[in-house]
Amino acid sequence: MTVIVYVPNDSGALALGAGRIAAAIEKEARQRGLDIKLVRNGSRGMFWLEPLVEVEIPEGRIGYGPVQLKDIPGLFDADFLNGGAHALKVGPIDEIPYFKKQQRLTFARIGLTNPVSLEDYLSNDGYRGLNNALAMSGADIVKQVTDSGLRGRGGAAFPTGIKWNTVLNTPSEQKYIICNADEGDSGTFSDRMVMEDDPFVLIEGMTIAGIAVGATQGYIYLRVEYPHAHRALNTAIEKAYQAGYLGEDIQGSGKQFDLEVRLGAGAYVCGEETSLMESLEGKRGLVRFKPPLPAISGLFGKPTIVNNVISLASVPIILDKGGEYYRDFGMGRSRGTLPIQLAGNIKYPGLVELAFGLTLRELLYDYGGGSASGRPIKAVQVGGPLGAYLPESQFDTPLDYEAFAAIWAVVGHGGIVVFDDTVDMAEMARYSMEFCAIESCGKCTPCRIGSTRGEEVIKDIIAGRDLHKNIPLLRDLCDTLLNGSLCALGGMTPYPVLSALNHFPEDFGITEQASAA
Amino acid sequence: MTETVSMFSIVKEITSALKDKPGALLPILHDIQNALGYIPADSIPIIASELRLSRAEVHGVISFYHYFRETPPGKQTIHLCRAESCQAMGSKKLEEHVKDKLGIDYHETTADGRFSLEPAYCLGLCSCSPSMQIGEDVYGRVSNESFDSIINEMETLS
Repeated sequence: MTVIVYVPNDSGALALGAGRIAAAIEKEARQRGLDIKLVRNGSRGMFWLEPLVEVEIPEGRIGYGPVQLKDIPGLFDADFLNGGAHALKVGPIDEIPYFKKQQRLTFARIGLTNPVSLEDYLSNDGYRGLNNALAMSGADIVKQVTDSGLRGRGGAAFPTGIKWNTVLNTPSEQKYIICNADEGDSGTFSDRMVMEDDPFVLIEGMTIAGIAVGATQGYIYLRVEYPHAHRALNTAIEKAYQAGYLGEDIQGSGKQFDLEVRLGAGAYVCGEETSLMESLEGKRGLVRFKPPLPAISGLFGKPTIVNNVISLASVPIILDKGGEYYRDFGMGRSRGTLPIQLAGNIKYPGLVELAFGLTLRELLYDYGGGSASGRPIKAVQVGGPLGAYLPESQFDTPLDYEAFAAIWAVVGHGGIVVFDDTVDMAEMARYSMEFCAIESCGKCTPCRIGSTRGEEVIKDIIAGRDLHKNIPLLRDLCDTLLNGSLCALGGMTPYPVLSALNHFPEDFGITEQASAA
Repeated sequence: MTETVSMFSIVKEITSALKDKPGALLPILHDIQNALGYIPADSIPIIASELRLSRAEVHGVISFYHYFRETPPGKQTIHLCRAESCQAMGSKKLEEHVKDKLGIDYHETTADGRFSLEPAYCLGLCSCSPSMQIGEDVYGRVSNESFDSIINEMETLS
């Protein structure tokens, strides 16, 4: 009997050797005359176990990981194809608490299937949302999205339904759907996983958006750093065209939606929606003034929805199960689930999709298992390079947009980067300014000049020069960036800088004596 | 001479194939860089005239984006992640080691033309930091030792 063996093709797994493992398993099976079918699935998102090899037996899918090349003969000797005992055996994947306790809505299929198989997608609830949407009016589709309470998962948390409604009600011969896939925040990889491990869900979400608001052209603006996602998306798009899920007449509905992937070119600021549109138009990625809102005058001056990958990938399940189903997850005004990414110095890094409301502490210790180094966790940065650093005293904050705003922090794209007690927070603050200087588009002065001056001032502070002058100067400069920048790059760089300064003054050489003076 | 001629014909071919796409400039620049490894200064007038842009506008776009390069790269380009998650896992020490081992800084190419080194600000491999990318190959939990063996293996293969 043919045994199905799964070895992930997700680039996180590939980075840990999954490609070689897959080849070695096939070779070993051939040499032993064993009949296996190798499936390259997505990752389950438990990266400390990658490369995680799974076998499908009557009891379910049994995992072995992390598998190294040297382990392969031993796995065969232990009869892993029938779930045999081995030191690397982690048992049924569905029973691993880290996985079992999650509430996977957007990530429901990820890791289960061959990501670029349309058949796999269809047999795992794929395109049910689109089928419902095709029978609905645009306004009804938008209402479902509004009712779901979905807010922009890219970081700004703007209600998705309201954005869609504006585009719906702005008459125009041409409208656009843009997927912002310029996931440049450190500590985040959920967009990458969706695109590599379930590209059809994004295509379906964008198609629904197009049908809802009457847009016939979509663009996925993908960062060039993601070649594996690029390939997966293009393969999936081609298959969707062949099967009539994209193109002039979607599933015989007479509705049209075309989709193309466009590559960025290594500019972080192009994750800002107006800069992204400039880039798509073939220009330097300079931030635009708002208004006009992109929903009214966006790409090529036409009404445009710009949504993040996760926002769009959450749409199919909302249209499949209804806005209320999605809204029933979460807390306060943060509805639904958030694919949280645990990264940096953490024992169990990975993807954890849960309803809003869990505290950081639960995530860091119950899921993350504490630091990878075994040292105390000193700080975590939530929401990417423009997110605040949080000290241990704030770890009881629930993951909720408003709760984070209340402590002058952001949930952002749900990435959590963990640092142990060897981190120097003044150095991290300096790096934030350096990063802003490297990535500034240069259009507004506070960001362009302020970031360079900011790095200089922090260097002076680190060198211990004139703290009584330089600390107030840094605060003053941050105030200018916060209030005077055109977009979030300059406007939010003060978050990591000031949170580092406020929570870890000792790293800046500020003693109690000095701060009293 | 033939090299220049073939450069011109490649650039012309790519530009005329893509110029009618909306927002064609970035796709054109990507294809040129994929074909030639970089975007030669001599290609700018061709692109500009095909797209009815000024040469300054084309140059402005090329220089805005970190990924586009105007000089030939080494045989392999190493993108080393400098972002926070990798820093939390010791990427600064790795960075020193890489620079030391290759004898170059960021944006430079080794004297033998084998390797170019570029910083990356997140490769999306934050669950296995520190990370790097060489061509389309990705590497996680990179240590000084594993970096050396990856590079040595490449040198043996080439």
